[in-house]
Amino acid sequence: MDKQNTMKKDTSNINSLENEAIYIMREVAAQFEKPVLLFSGGKDSITLVRLAVKAFYPAKVPFPLMHIDTGHNFPETIEFRDRLCKELGLELIVRNVQDSIDEGKVKEESGRYASRNILQTTTLLDAIEEFKFDACIGGARRDEEKARAKERIFSVRDDFGQWDEKNQRPELFDMLNGDIEHGQNVRVFPISNWTELDVWSYIEKENIEIPSIYFAHKRKVFLRDGMIWSAEDEVVYRDDHEEVIEEMVRFRTVGDMSCTAAVLSEASTITKVVEEIRDSSISERGARIDDKRSEAAMEKRKQQGYF
Amino acid sequence: MEVLKIATAGSVDDGKSTLIGRILYDTKSLTTDKLEAIEKTSKQRGYDYLDFSLATDGLVAEREQGITIDVAHIYFSTKKKSYIIADTPGHVEYTRNMVTGASTSQASIILIDARKGVIEQTNRHFFINNLLRIKDVVVAINKMDLVDYSEEIYNKIKADFTELMSKRDYQDQKITFIPVSALKGDNVVNKTDKMPWYKGEALLEHLEQLDKADIFNVGTPRFPVQYVIRPKTEEFHDFRGYAGKVYGGNLSVGDDIVVLPSQTKSKIKDIYFYDEKYETASRRSSVTITLENDINVSRGDMIVKADDLPTIEKQFTANVCWMDATNLTAGGKYIVQHGVNKVLAKVDKINHKIHPDYSGIEEGATSLGVNDIASVTFKLNKPIFYDQFKNHRTNGSFILIDPQSNNTVAAGFIQ
Repeated sequence: MDKQNTMKKDTSNINSLENEAIYIMREVAAQFEKPVLLFSGGKDSITLVRLAVKAFYPAKVPFPLMHIDTGHNFPETIEFRDRLCKELGLELIVRNVQDSIDEGKVKEESGRYASRNILQTTTLLDAIEEFKFDACIGGARRDEEKARAKERIFSVRDDFGQWDEKNQRPELFDMLNGDIEHGQNVRVFPISNWTELDVWSYIEKENIEIPSIYFAHKRKVFLRDGMIWSAEDEVVYRDDHEEVIEEMVRFRTVGDMSCTAAVLSEASTITKVVEEIRDSSISERGARIDDKRSEAAMEKRKQQGYF
Repeated sequence: MEVLKIATAGSVDDGKSTLIGRILYDTKSLTTDKLEAIEKTSKQRGYDYLDFSLATDGLVAEREQGITIDVAHIYFSTKKKSYIIADTPGHVEYTRNMVTGASTSQASIILIDARKGVIEQTNRHFFINNLLRIKDVVVAINKMDLVDYSEEIYNKIKADFTELMSKRDYQDQKITFIPVSALKGDNVVNKTDKMPWYKGEALLEHLEQLDKADIFNVGTPRFPVQYVIRPKTEEFHDFRGYAGKVYGGNLSVGDDIVVLPSQTKSKIKDIYFYDEKYETASRRSSVTITLENDINVSRGDMIVKADDLPTIEKQFTANVCWMDATNLTAGGKYIVQHGVNKVLAKVDKINHKIHPDYSGIEEGATSLGVNDIASVTFKLNKPIFYDQFKNHRTNGSFILIDPQSNNTVAAGFIQ
């Protein structure tokens, strides 16, 4: 929003997306008893936090944040997460995938493509049940992946957390129907209509702080399947023959370390990141190994309750 | 940069997904990895050409059956505009999803297969465009490559469609005919020399020059209160703000307003967007308003200008598009969600069914099945504050919720 006496007409795409997202946040607060904002420390959920703060100003954000921690996070992200919550006075709930593993509810994958990404689902569903959350706000965007492109803004999940992709509620005009049965929950996606470039442009415009791994830095990495992996943490599986080199890289998406690849980059400021994304010929999800498992990897995970 | 939302409509195999894929491809919006995936799968399946629908049909069931079941939202940008295309299903049984996709769109593209011409489904697609009062409609006559780029065939289809246009009740609509081949890329993003007889613009050129202000029905300012903001902190001890989105025109500080339903009068004191104060809140901005006197306002109430009130009634008549597998029955009870306001409603009377193929109306219906469109009168347990849909897209529309299943079962357009 321009700092002028009169608000400019919605000529700017990013302003209209911001207004839409704020509207959705307020609908969540008004229609649900126990909402939560799912926070991973990545750029999309950081954007959500900013939007939530704006939506309810000068009152506090009326819901907590929750991080489903795979235990395989970049340390920079965790440090950032804790600091952000403290600064904004937000309540943070953390639930650990490691606990689900220890309780024998999920089995850790093994081998060179092992990832804890999908294991998050069980921990998330348990946490939803534990806290009786009826709405979970998430930072998914429809431009990310073709199954995501089918997602509603208010997406009803049954009491097993499952998405019935063939029988979604119609969603018309601006009207969001949050009526659910006890035990069901709604996944809410306020930035559905944003593209990756929109998120970055917004971060630039609002001057929002993000974890340092999004910016170009020297890092010990190794190459596999044409992708660049961090060699700085043992949770990323590496064969002996896979040679460690040092490169100037940044991360375009920050998921579980075991399935998030880096990209070669010189972009050390947010303006340069925006330029780089604008010129990129590779999609964001191109660096997410889990999505490449099959043509329908995302859809299958979502059916099971994945975010 | 402005954003333009477009809905596509077309029958099965008319090539909607191919058209969208072609736009993405020719505007270089498909990233290398997505393109590689399309090439790989097309080759695996033994196709002679790239199957762009693989980029848009995101569900397993869709790819299995080669049809679009649910709306997909596709994003791309040019130097001039950002676009969101709602790729909606063509099958008759998914009419409701077409309404869903088109409800937030400002322009639409109706595809016609040049070999088949105007068919019953075309009537239905055009009818829904009229029902939603979409101002700019492109009729893309596709697969021109399969009819030898024949001007004669194009003219015949154009004449048939023009006849259809005379049947609509919404005349204030701009229709543009464009002969295209989505598969070969003729007249989609770039004009080609295959149809020298066509003097108009390519499809994307047409979309690029659409002025959003021209194609959007604005209406008068309406401010449904979404959420009451009471910080209860030291700093903002007495703060009482009404959060919502401005529909229709602008609202300004000092405006004389009325709060509905209490009919209490006041003036707008401050307009906040986050921590900044503004003189004017523009259309579709999500602001927080404070009023000069301390009155009782809750979610579902509406703030309007004192000299411009909506209709305040406990009943209304609307065109309803029924979307659920269970039937709507006369006497049935539903929840009307009108903006953010939810009110209990009873079906007073099904006036008549409207055939979306322009074959007329049907009196005496006692129930509505999935995809039926009908004029229905509702009685409400308390009044709502509405405008006619033709004058106000937002304040004239509603959804129906079945209180048993919680499902959204219909879309409505107030007459």
